[in-house]
Amino acid sequence: MLRENQRRFKFDWVTIILFLLLVGFGYVNILSASHDGEVTSYLNMTELYGKQLVFIGLTFVIIILILSLEAKFYERFSSIIYLAAILLLVGLFIFGKDVNGARSWYGIGSMTIQPSEFAKFATALAVAKYISDLQTNMKTLKDQIRVAAIIFIPALLILLQNDAGSTIVYTAFFFVFYREGLQQIYLIVALSLIVLAVISLKFGIIATTIVAAVALTIRYLVRKKKRASKLQYVLVLFLAIGYGYGVKAFYKHGLQIHQQNRISLWLRLEKDPAKLERMRKSEAYNLIQSEEAISSGGLTGKGFLQGTRTTGKFVPEQETDYIFSTVGEEWGFAGSSIVVFLFVFLIIRILYLAEAQKSQFSRVYGYGVASILFIHFTINIGMVMGLIPTVGIPLPFFSYGGSGLWGFTILLFIFVKLDSNKINEW
Amino acid sequence: MRKLLLLTTVILVGLVFIARLFYLQVYGGYEYDIFEDTAIKKEFTYPKRGYVYDRNGKLLVANQPSYDVMVIPREVEPMTPEDLTEFCNLLKITKEEYNKKLERAKNYSPRLPSPFVPQLSKSDYAVLQEKMRKYAGFYIQKRSLRSYQTTIGANVLGDIGEVNRSIIEKQPYYKLGDLIGKQGVEQSYEEILRGTKGIKFIQKDRFNKSIGPFKEGRFDTLPVPGKDITITIDSDLQAYGELLMQHKRGGIVAIEPNSGEILAMVTGPSYNPNILVGRNRSKNYTKLHYDSIAKPLFDRGLLAQYPPGSPFKVINALIGLQEGVVDEHDTFSCRMGYYYGSRRLTGCHHHRSPVDMNMGIAQSCNAYFVNVYRRIIDKYKDAGDGMNIWANHAKSFGLGDFLNNDLSVGRPGRIPNGDYYDRAYGDNRWGSTYNVSNAIGQGEVEATPIQLANMAAAIGNRGYYYTPHIIKNIEGDTIPSNFTTPKYTSIDRKHFEPVIEGMFDVYNDGTAKSLRVEGIEICGKTGTAENFAIVNGKKTQLTDHSIFVAFAPKDNPKIAIAVFVENGYWGSRFAGRMASLMIEKYIKGSITRTDLENWILTHSLEDEYAKPISDEPFKINGETTLQVIDNYAIKLEDQETLKQ
Repeated sequence: MLRENQRRFKFDWVTIILFLLLVGFGYVNILSASHDGEVTSYLNMTELYGKQLVFIGLTFVIIILILSLEAKFYERFSSIIYLAAILLLVGLFIFGKDVNGARSWYGIGSMTIQPSEFAKFATALAVAKYISDLQTNMKTLKDQIRVAAIIFIPALLILLQNDAGSTIVYTAFFFVFYREGLQQIYLIVALSLIVLAVISLKFGIIATTIVAAVALTIRYLVRKKKRASKLQYVLVLFLAIGYGYGVKAFYKHGLQIHQQNRISLWLRLEKDPAKLERMRKSEAYNLIQSEEAISSGGLTGKGFLQGTRTTGKFVPEQETDYIFSTVGEEWGFAGSSIVVFLFVFLIIRILYLAEAQKSQFSRVYGYGVASILFIHFTINIGMVMGLIPTVGIPLPFFSYGGSGLWGFTILLFIFVKLDSNKINEW
Repeated sequence: MRKLLLLTTVILVGLVFIARLFYLQVYGGYEYDIFEDTAIKKEFTYPKRGYVYDRNGKLLVANQPSYDVMVIPREVEPMTPEDLTEFCNLLKITKEEYNKKLERAKNYSPRLPSPFVPQLSKSDYAVLQEKMRKYAGFYIQKRSLRSYQTTIGANVLGDIGEVNRSIIEKQPYYKLGDLIGKQGVEQSYEEILRGTKGIKFIQKDRFNKSIGPFKEGRFDTLPVPGKDITITIDSDLQAYGELLMQHKRGGIVAIEPNSGEILAMVTGPSYNPNILVGRNRSKNYTKLHYDSIAKPLFDRGLLAQYPPGSPFKVINALIGLQEGVVDEHDTFSCRMGYYYGSRRLTGCHHHRSPVDMNMGIAQSCNAYFVNVYRRIIDKYKDAGDGMNIWANHAKSFGLGDFLNNDLSVGRPGRIPNGDYYDRAYGDNRWGSTYNVSNAIGQGEVEATPIQLANMAAAIGNRGYYYTPHIIKNIEGDTIPSNFTTPKYTSIDRKHFEPVIEGMFDVYNDGTAKSLRVEGIEICGKTGTAENFAIVNGKKTQLTDHSIFVAFAPKDNPKIAIAVFVENGYWGSRFAGRMASLMIEKYIKGSITRTDLENWILTHSLEDEYAKPISDEPFKINGETTLQVIDNYAIKLEDQETLKQ
């Protein structure tokens, strides 16, 4: 009985404290971003900060629930949880509600639920379950296809609901697969594709050809023993060139106008000053406001509730996707750096714990948690600071919204529970 | 190895983010300036600018309201063609001008307000005000412009104009479109007259809507009204001086010796200060500014730095007495000049000989003063030492340096010392014969009319002066103590009497005999200064300048004056007459010497001024004839306006 008790509370408190710090500081910034004049009551349910406080309260109920279940439950029921999540996503096509052009919400009374936030941990569980199966070998093509299917199904459903941002999150699992044995060539190809796409758009096909040719020549010279035939290298070069054309064509014809503009702004492709001036007021407006708000924070920021741009609501979507701009304006370089540090620390902590797991299921799941948090952190903060083209995904634990907060909390605390159970894993 | 991919990526991304944050917030981050913050609207309330009164309490400068249309380019929204047409019509500009003005404002700053159309008329304002809401990014800023209650004293009063960008950079108080004093007391008493504008900071939202005071108005300030000032100018005397100066170029400075207060400060040509108010200001200002021939913006009373000529002789007499190298009874012979061996160093005009001090001053004998001057310098073994002693005495009269007063412009003049000649000739390679011109106020000595007037005041006071100043009273404040402490010359009081007697005799039976005014004991000194100009690339002599320095009455003087008339030929001809008239006007309040007045008002030097630019050969001095004009019409008209 005593051992049982000890075990129950053998949670990783470092992770929990980091979580609490992020949620707490997130709430402070939502209060800044959403308050209108005087803050009369923190539980004012007509204001977003009031609602968020309720969401945070419910989060603790969820945490207790998750931690009180048997650790084995999650492995055993992972398939069912995954299927339930898929069903919820499919159901959106029938019962869903359109918000901002994306059909990703269920409306229950005045509440709305976004199932894609819950599909993330469900997919992470399913991936962990599949990979940890003794018969699975990530080096075989068969298993690669199957595990890819596990993430493609929810990703595709979400994409069909017009939520491209949340779809991108599923690329996070690449890190998981790579850790679990995916061949290095995938990594090289993936990186090459990203680099070549950027070069094709920014500098044109000639640059793509030169870079691809130089890279291939180097590889050819380095790999003296196992090198393939010259013909294959030439073939790859032509594939790269064809890919470059493909990217350009896709950029022009395959993307929606707003996506095209976001990339154009990011790579500074637009040179026409008149059009740029127009973009300043439309597509680029959010980004410019967000960057200016962050810049105006200076070293130490303007102080809690003192941000002039935050108070004036200059940054649209500031309490959700652009919440980091509030941190930048009101807490300055000091506060922003601390937030970046907390996220990095949390992800590294999870990676460290994951590597220490004795069961492969827990390890793979932990990796999934770290990867998903990492992708959100990178894309969201990168976007708000103008390093990455605009992609609408929330900053975990920070952004306003119940579904998001709960989704990330469940994601994280299932791992906390699995981790606490590693002693029993013999 | 596989374990490290995500770990290193996470750390790398973290570092990139910190670097980006550093770039945005610390490296590229500017010092937070609320005036640059687009989220905060700044509403200025401009206080009343202080009024200016003359020494007799007459109001000279008041205010009138003015309305500027301002623009914040970033907030301007595209207008429908009808709206644009209507807006342009209301502002009385064309669409091209609209675009040009908007572009110019944008170039200055897209987010700071710039004046779009300054100084609307009252009726335009009334119509426009109704419709202003329709035009996003534009608003009307009320300001106060000057309203001159007089047509005189443009150089004294100065004017106010929009600040330029270099002023804004140096003095952040000013924002584009603000007005600042330029020239005259508007400039030198800018901060007192202007007061402090009030600011309201208002939090805006992204739709540019005001959503309440910023931080409960903690930083808001109320406007502090500018203070009224009283200046030392006697506007009647000033007006009279300007009347006399018509058709001449030159300056008059009159000072009250027992206080240093400037009674009149005339420059010719001048202009009506009212032309620098309102929408024509910039056109008129440009015209004045680019008139490089008559230079109406050049205040000759303060800036005309020339060899003073004979009035400077009295300084040499005083230094001679103080140094004990001469007494009032010592005589020197004058054979139409001063001879050094067989070489004539300086000429002289015809008068009796030998000459004592009294006659030396009264007859302005050059030879007498060269003798005195050489004795001063040669008293010391080293000419450089003598020269330095001499220069220090001269400088104690406020010559050779800035007066440090409250006028917006000034010139230091020049009193050369030993170093000056050491530099020119080499150490100890010169002596008193090298620069005897200093004895008679020519050569290297230079002074401005205000310095000469102050010199006269110091002589009249028998050895001290108050720094000439223009402020008499600041509402609820005191004037700087610098202006109320006497500055003593290095000459003992007892030495002044013989010199003053000499100056008195200038009027009694000397060079200004014909300028006497019944009932006033005037002491004066005529002066004539040779001058040159570059005409068609050649240094050419022009007709001499006419200079006169005086104070009156002899005992307890009430006025000290210096008059300088460009190319007036000799001292008593123009400057002397004008000095007598000014003195009579100030002391008696009316003119008995109407013959002098008529002569001045009917004689013009415009012909003289046209010569160097006529491209024709011309004659100077004695070979010229004076232009006579009928000036009564102008005179009467001016006096009418002066009475208003």
